[in-house]
Amino acid sequence: MSDLTGQAAGSAALPIAVRPVFRPWWPGLVSGLAWAVAAAVTGLLPDQVRAPVARPLVELEGAVAILSGLFALIGPSGWCAPLASHGRRVAALGVVVAVWEVVTAKTGWLPLPFFPSPQAVLDVYRIDFARLGHSVISSLLLLFPGFGLGALSGFLAGLAMGWSPEARYWGHPVIRLLGPLPPIAWLPVALFVFPTISAASIFLIALATAFPVAVLTASGVMLVDSRLYDVGRTLGASDGFLIRTIVIPASLPHVFVGLFMGLGASFIVLIVAEMLGAKAGLGWYLQWAQGWAAYANLYAALAVMSVLFSGLTMALFAARRHALRWNRETVQW
Amino acid sequence: MVTAAAKKIVAGASVGASVQVRAVSHAFGDAARALPVLDDVSFDVPAGETVALLGPSGCGKSTLLRLIAGLDAPRAGRIGLDHVRVVGPDPSRLLVFQDPLLLPWRTVEANVAYGLQARGIGGGEDRVAQALRLVGLADFAGAYPHELSGGMAQRAAFARALVNHPRVLLLDEPFGKLDSLTRMTMQEELLALARRHAFTTILVTHDVEEALLLATKILVFSPRPARIIREVDNGLPFPRFRDDPAFIARRRDILIALGHGEEFAR
Repeated sequence: MSDLTGQAAGSAALPIAVRPVFRPWWPGLVSGLAWAVAAAVTGLLPDQVRAPVARPLVELEGAVAILSGLFALIGPSGWCAPLASHGRRVAALGVVVAVWEVVTAKTGWLPLPFFPSPQAVLDVYRIDFARLGHSVISSLLLLFPGFGLGALSGFLAGLAMGWSPEARYWGHPVIRLLGPLPPIAWLPVALFVFPTISAASIFLIALATAFPVAVLTASGVMLVDSRLYDVGRTLGASDGFLIRTIVIPASLPHVFVGLFMGLGASFIVLIVAEMLGAKAGLGWYLQWAQGWAAYANLYAALAVMSVLFSGLTMALFAARRHALRWNRETVQW
Repeated sequence: MVTAAAKKIVAGASVGASVQVRAVSHAFGDAARALPVLDDVSFDVPAGETVALLGPSGCGKSTLLRLIAGLDAPRAGRIGLDHVRVVGPDPSRLLVFQDPLLLPWRTVEANVAYGLQARGIGGGEDRVAQALRLVGLADFAGAYPHELSGGMAQRAAFARALVNHPRVLLLDEPFGKLDSLTRMTMQEELLALARRHAFTTILVTHDVEEALLLATKILVFSPRPARIIREVDNGLPFPRFRDDPAFIARRRDILIALGHGEEFAR
């Protein structure tokens, strides 16, 4: 066995050592070509329909093409190694942008105002940066307090329901009857109960987060191996110490599932609440853009939302990985 | 007397306590549909001795151990530690289960320190390190339970109990899930620990040889509801050997008491 592997390693190492051949990194090469084509299409072909100045887009496409070409030469090593797995995706994106450019600005096959050109969407970030930035900030000012409040109250409620039969007795019908209600259905009630639209939105986001977190936390607590309590009790642990050292850590994997579900629900409620009631935020921006038939702004805002929400989800994943590093399943996941 | 024992515990040495089980009966379920598990069980364990509870699986031996640990209260009868009635769990009587039941989110070291932390005993680092050395896990103090083998995890479970200087160690088939070589090693180590620290041991097992190797007295239980059907005094000198004629004679005696035909017991 060891002989075999030794031989294999030797024969594999030999040709490389003897004649080091240059091999381009193919995804980089393809990506460079795709983005160069996109830049050429954008910059050289004349526009058939009204579109903003294409110069910034051409520069962007050119930069991606040059960087891709560079990686094709030096290979995906060193600091850019993590990018390697995205090589083919970046290449495909270049093709998509080139096609998008052709069917909008260059030919007008897809009609304005519903299908703006790539340069029009890019232009939004230049001319409407302030309004978009303000929208992001006001959305986050609703999302963070709402999600935090909902996560905390849901966790505490779930802990109580998992630990105490009395809390379970009273909490269960509430979860059963109110849980399936879409949180946004409470909007009319929230609007007259709370003094401001912001407070109402925060309440609804908290509600949307709290239900899944409470349900998952409660089931996580109830699934804790009761023999661990026997161990803790014989070792002299009080109820408070058991909850801190056994109940909470043991239910944490479930709590995180609840947090993921709650985060998704909070995004929905945030956007809908902003579309229906608010005077700021990303949901409001979408409504506003639609009202002015500014579809480039709409797509630009959607892109911002996508990056923002997936960033928040990834941050939650990272927190989970850190909190559950003791868990073999988590390490492998 | 209690204060003298307490002083010894503080000084760092375990002190075995005697255990009294008096006319204990127990059942599961409510009064209407009670499932009897223990039927009028009485015995004494002198301080520092090892007694094995032997019987068919599911007969109620483990339940008896939980009663002695104070995790449940018996329906009838009483249980005492040095003639003081047991009313609840206490670190003077510690259980080691068939599964190690370590907390997977704590390192080995933090698992062993659990009892000291639970009782607010500060500065336990030395005691933890000593307990880990005792079971041969000093190099794995920072490891997580999922990184340990079954035998190592069970050693950590022993260290978690021993660090509290228990007066009575309650062992519920503690070697039942280990491979036979590891089991033998750990049986020998348990003997050495019990002699060195002089704690009292009550060992639940269905392995006749294990009982004969470790215990000074063996109580054989009937199927549920468990009664003591035979008491075997096992005064064999240490080290004990499985092929010693006296050992073999006792094993046959016990197997017959457990209802296995003479053909098999021979």
